[in-house]
Amino acid sequence: MTRSSLARLPALTLALGLSAGSAQAQAIRIGVNEPLTGPFAASGTYVVNGAKIAADEINAKGGVLGRTLELVIEDNKSNPTEAAAVAEKLITSDKTPVLMGAWGSSLTLAVMPKLADYETAMLVETSSSGKITTSGNPFVFRISPPSALEAEAFAPLVEKIGLKKVDFLAINNDWGRGAAADFTKMLKGKGVAVGLVETMDQGAQDMSAQLSKLKGSDADTIMITAAVDQLTLLFKQMAALGLKKRVITTGGSQNPDQIIAQAGAAADGTMHLTTFLPWYPEKTPNPAATAYFIGEWKKRGFAFAGVTESFRGYDGIRAIAAAIEKGGAADAAAIRKGFWSVDFTGLNGPIRFAKAGPSGSESGQSKPDVYLVKIDAGKVVVPEL
Amino acid sequence: MTEFLQHLLNTLILGGTYALLGIGLTLIFGIMNVVNFTHGALYTVGAYLMYLAVTALGLGFFAALPTAILGGLLLGAVLDLALLRPLRGADMDTTMLVMIGAGIVLQSGTLWLFGGVAKAIPTPFPDAPLQLGPVSVSWLRLFVLGAALVLIGLTYWLINRTRLGLAMRATFQDHDTAALMGVNVRLIYTATFAMGSSLAAAAGALLGPVYVVFPQMGGMAELKAFAIVILGGLGNVTGAAIGGFILALAEELGAGYISSGYRDAMGFLIIIAVLVFKPTGLFAKAERIG
Repeated sequence: MTRSSLARLPALTLALGLSAGSAQAQAIRIGVNEPLTGPFAASGTYVVNGAKIAADEINAKGGVLGRTLELVIEDNKSNPTEAAAVAEKLITSDKTPVLMGAWGSSLTLAVMPKLADYETAMLVETSSSGKITTSGNPFVFRISPPSALEAEAFAPLVEKIGLKKVDFLAINNDWGRGAAADFTKMLKGKGVAVGLVETMDQGAQDMSAQLSKLKGSDADTIMITAAVDQLTLLFKQMAALGLKKRVITTGGSQNPDQIIAQAGAAADGTMHLTTFLPWYPEKTPNPAATAYFIGEWKKRGFAFAGVTESFRGYDGIRAIAAAIEKGGAADAAAIRKGFWSVDFTGLNGPIRFAKAGPSGSESGQSKPDVYLVKIDAGKVVVPEL
Repeated sequence: MTEFLQHLLNTLILGGTYALLGIGLTLIFGIMNVVNFTHGALYTVGAYLMYLAVTALGLGFFAALPTAILGGLLLGAVLDLALLRPLRGADMDTTMLVMIGAGIVLQSGTLWLFGGVAKAIPTPFPDAPLQLGPVSVSWLRLFVLGAALVLIGLTYWLINRTRLGLAMRATFQDHDTAALMGVNVRLIYTATFAMGSSLAAAAGALLGPVYVVFPQMGGMAELKAFAIVILGGLGNVTGAAIGGFILALAEELGAGYISSGYRDAMGFLIIIAVLVFKPTGLFAKAERIG
């Protein structure tokens, strides 16, 4: 390097730094409020990694409204109090005009009053408690199915599988209790008896007491609502107790491949209601997008098991980008208005928001596909019913 | 009846590790008068050491266990030498705050090193359970109970049958007199803290493979350890051992016959009852250190 070019180096660095700084100032910031530690750490991390893929893909194509997207990611520690604090921090301190979060129903419900306070919209990517879209919060736009929708999608399969009497084991929060209530309602309407409704703490690791009780019941099926880590433990503990009943899980956070890897043979025969079919990309509503997403996921070195969770983060950010585009400006009010015009095909069906909840303050609810898959000899299959 | 038998069997298995957790904590309090708020973090570290030994080091499951326990022992000794020895004679509250801080550092350290996503530890035990008539139990849990009982027995032997144990008991009764009789009290403190820490690490290393390993796993374990110690009487090793089984029984039967949603609350209900009706614990000795 010559002397003169050396002399120019500091100025060049300064210029580069300045331009990077101004590009950042122009970026549209999206607040991401997810559990990265605590009992839901695995799931929240997957969602964030999916979100990053979407942001990078959109930025590579030139961004939105000529500006790049920047994700501001915060950990809500799987704790509702933290989730509300994180939302406040993202909106007031990071000035994010739109949020995505907060994975769990109790976490999302804790954030919702903040959305109303600051009139900022949030794309809800995972939560399934009915309350989220029926409580009259007009700042909520959800792409995951509420448990009533999940139950409705499962209804036609009840007779085909041959359910007679069902017990429930649910995580003791808005998600689990809501799912047990919605599925109970649907099953009773179909003439299926409902027995025990057992609950477990979200951080519980030993469920032998609950499982021993379920073992003694005369129900033929146990419906479980929990996230992947707890499901893994449950299947292992069921095997240890010699509890052999039909198992159907709800909630879409099962990551069947992780269950197969960690619970092994104990997971064989279990059935799962999921909202994505990455094992059969050609059967998904948008095969090209699915193939791109899975390819990118693998390229980044993430475990395949995560895609059933991370696709929500991917679709969530794409829905937010679409809302910004439709709203025509990157401010909170425009984005919120833009959400109502979003219409594209996500990885698990069309993403467009229908009004839900009390009139005058409706939330937005998209209607994704729900699939039933089965773990059979260590493989995920779509059962022939 | 079958369900009740299964609950009893679950109690036995769970109680063994609860006892291990309680003994480690009560030992440190009884002899050193230190409320060890790193106990839960040491439990977590034990589980991660087990994970590392099995996966990264490639040691077998049975070789990894003593490695993790030894790791806990060393970490305990380091904590004592670095934090507790300089603070000896300081206010109890000061020590408590320092230990809370150390616990947070250890927990955040595991989060920083391993991330928040739970890890599973592979085991060599068969998936199919052992059938005992109408009830069944996994081989892994049976091994965990066996190992816990061996460790409890070993601790008991060490305290009651060895010269080190004699010195520990002498320090427990009156550390000034023990020092005058030629006991190296500083060394006894380090040995006690290391031993208590290794028991917490052992509980983590044993339960890690049964459940999953994640940075916050020690939080509930620590609360339960405190519950057990209060139940058995502060500083009472036998009391802590029995307290572990009582807590497990209360949780099992509470979840089985009252409400599973309140499983973790059961233990704390007992503690409230004990504190109200028998504040020195169920098995408190007549004498207490002054």
